Amino acid sequence: MTSYVPNTDETRKQMMDVIGIKDTEELFCGVPGAVRLKRGINLADGKSEIEIRNIMRSLAAKNRTYKSCFLGAGVYNHYIPSVVMDVASTQEFLTAYTPYQAEISQGVLQAIFEYQTYICALTGMAASNASVYDGATALAEACMMTRTNNRKKVLISKGVNPEYIKVMDTWSRYAGLEMELVDIENYRTNPEDLKNKLNDNIAGVAIQSPNFFGTIEEMDEFEKIVHENKSLFIAVVNPISLAVLKSPGEYNADIAVGEGQSLGNSMANGGPYLGFMASTEKLIRKLPGRIAGQTTDSEGKRGFVLTLQAREQHIRREKASSNICSNQALNALTAAAYLGAMGETGLKQAALKSMENARYLQKKMNEIEGVETYQKDIFNEFVVKIPCFIGDLDKKLKENDILGGLYLGENMHLLAVTELNTAEDIDEFVQIVREVSAHV
Amino acid sequence: MYNKLIFEKSVAGANKRKLFNCDEKTVPEKYARKAKLNLPDVSEVDLVRHYQELARKAHGVANGFYPLGSCTMKYNPIINEEIASIENFRNIHPLQSQSDMQGSMEVMYKLKEALCEVTGMYDMTLQPSAGAHGELTSLMMIKQFHESNGEGYRNKVFIPDSAHGTNPASAAMVGYEVVEIPSTDGGFVDVKKLEELADEKTAALMLTNPNTLGIFERDIVKIAEIIHKAGGKLYYDGANMNAIMGYVRPGDMGFDVMHLNLHKTFSTPHGGGGPGSGPVGCTQELAPFLPNPSIKKNGEMYEFEDSDDSIGKVKSFYGNFLVNLRAYTYILSLGGKGLKEASENAVLNANYMKARLKEYYEMQSDGYCMHEFVMSASKIKDETGISALDIAKSMLDAKIHPPTMYFPLIVKEALMVEPTETESKKTLDYACDVLIDSAKLAYKDPEALHNAPSTTPVKRLDEVGAARNPILKYTEE
Repeated sequence: MTSYVPNTDETRKQMMDVIGIKDTEELFCGVPGAVRLKRGINLADGKSEIEIRNIMRSLAAKNRTYKSCFLGAGVYNHYIPSVVMDVASTQEFLTAYTPYQAEISQGVLQAIFEYQTYICALTGMAASNASVYDGATALAEACMMTRTNNRKKVLISKGVNPEYIKVMDTWSRYAGLEMELVDIENYRTNPEDLKNKLNDNIAGVAIQSPNFFGTIEEMDEFEKIVHENKSLFIAVVNPISLAVLKSPGEYNADIAVGEGQSLGNSMANGGPYLGFMASTEKLIRKLPGRIAGQTTDSEGKRGFVLTLQAREQHIRREKASSNICSNQALNALTAAAYLGAMGETGLKQAALKSMENARYLQKKMNEIEGVETYQKDIFNEFVVKIPCFIGDLDKKLKENDILGGLYLGENMHLLAVTELNTAEDIDEFVQIVREVSAHV
Repeated sequence: MYNKLIFEKSVAGANKRKLFNCDEKTVPEKYARKAKLNLPDVSEVDLVRHYQELARKAHGVANGFYPLGSCTMKYNPIINEEIASIENFRNIHPLQSQSDMQGSMEVMYKLKEALCEVTGMYDMTLQPSAGAHGELTSLMMIKQFHESNGEGYRNKVFIPDSAHGTNPASAAMVGYEVVEIPSTDGGFVDVKKLEELADEKTAALMLTNPNTLGIFERDIVKIAEIIHKAGGKLYYDGANMNAIMGYVRPGDMGFDVMHLNLHKTFSTPHGGGGPGSGPVGCTQELAPFLPNPSIKKNGEMYEFEDSDDSIGKVKSFYGNFLVNLRAYTYILSLGGKGLKEASENAVLNANYMKARLKEYYEMQSDGYCMHEFVMSASKIKDETGISALDIAKSMLDAKIHPPTMYFPLIVKEALMVEPTETESKKTLDYACDVLIDSAKLAYKDPEALHNAPSTTPVKRLDEVGAARNPILKYTEE
């Protein structure tokens, strides 16, 4: 059995003498006997570190990883520089808590301040918070930010990641913020449907670009439509794409949110990731959660503190802008270290290579008879129709150690690539699709 | 070079990370970014030194004692990190087929089972990312339950005045009216008052037990009876679960739904403010309302399953998996007896510090405390002008993270001390000596305390100025 209790029988006895007890049982006298658990916890005895390694490694062996990956749909297999992992496992960052005591937490606070600066740089927005749970809850929090006394409904494009829509649907049913979906046509948000659904009850409109299907949306156009209606415009964005695609700040979004996983965080079977949130100057005091700010100490030296806390639950209680307390600080630190390690040139290379790979794959797909693609302006992902039995394709891909795209039903597949897919990977994938679709 | 932001260390061309040759023309002009990117240009060695410098200005459990009440800053075992770094856990895409992630799903299932056993709950979801997220999820479930019974008119949530701020904030988010329940002089829920207030509008009572004063609610059976009789549900805030593992279970106390903080009780690192994990457990009656998907075992296979009655999804995918994986590793390491040993020693350590400090600070509870205690520096403040804040700041010079200050709100000049079980008597003695010295110094040389800390990278910071004139990002001059 493993124990992390450092006290010995001897030191425990010394402590009990100071307290004035003979047995630690006396300390639990306040717990009513009627509800006490007399049998103890019915779990196996603790294991040694050697046993733990064996058990956990054999569990890990029941998972399967692949040589190459064509699955995305909001979570991407990007390159992570070695230095990023090292920073994220630094004990001082790993084992600290929320920096409530600023003087002893300057390192964590500065790291958050720098993260906020990075997010503002990417998105072109005025202010960022210190992160929320993930892309889905970032969208839900953003929708909540738009609500006013007179406007109590949001519109969300069907081009937004369906996981986010599902989470927002849950929030909307309980939080008193109605939600309606805007149609898509040929994998693009339909501006006419948006116009039809806008009215003076619409607080905000959320559109994702590149959208869930990979299409780069006409954000300039949507911004005008949304602002004409005096609603707030929420841009859901892929942070890597912002190295080369127009930023939310450039098309006057009011709030920019997204999934930060791509920024140096591994796919991790679904988490932990981070949701990033940035806003205009005007909306700063509506942002949820922690925010770090710059200030000076009693000797005039620059320092950092948690700030604008009057928005938060520990001060405002039921009147807070959100209930969030813990966020995804370590993932935000990871994202910051990633952006520092990549820099402008590195990030651009990752974005451009992903984009080039997607275009190459799309072109190759188009060359296969019976295979169809539909989109022109894509980033790193697109929809393809492969006329074959999904089971056949799946089997063949697995045999070749390839993880295929997301199956959307009716022979439709959502394929994603990143800078990590080599030309050989892509050609091999294309060859398999060619073989499988020829057999139909 | 030192005390600079990464952005101030930037030199054009210093980052020589070369990955590919790319063509910017790939991006159609219409969609291309025109705005400057403004990322820093730093070499890898400067980046490494930058974060090492920041690390030296941070304090984690790995650096020293961290008795931050309510946060359970226990030691974060290194083996947990090793397991969470295994390639076959880290590099699984969440949308891979279920047959590709049977190992992860087995971890989720077995963790859920273990947590149900520790808490006495019937079923559990691992989806919520943190305690507050668990609260929100639970309240949605309670709301759904009442609505499904045709009792959607229930809109009152009772919350003791000693509760964490997240409780009322979460209740407000689902549109519930918050009704504050006063505490008695001893710090217990005012049962009489609760009995008067509980009526057909009662949706739930949110309770932390042991409460934020570190006292076990002795009337818990009666409280459960009052709420249940009124048709409400009893919600357990699991922030203080570290006090009671193996001694008493929320399920046996009569709680219907609860959250745990795996980053508190189950040793996963706090990461500078997250990621946490806030699993929600509930009774059989509430289980159909748990978020989708839930995880089931079918023969030898683990499966995700959606329920029609579910409140829906509260987060993408299956929760903070790598955090949950660390917690499972911890539970396997300690086993049932080890978890009880953890709680036993958490309570022993707290009572030892309380006993040593009671002559110097006013303790907010008579008798024994559970895993934490609240003491007041009120008398010191009145007699010397030295506040709880000054005492806390003086601890920084002794390389100890101060206790939680000014919480719970019902105690003046509060210092909330939670040592946890992973601290030795030597460490506790050191911290007690520091606190006793500060209490004495307040009478001898209050100025010295006003000026604390003196050894930290910065002195006391202007928080008011920071909020009045917010500077939330670096801007090039």
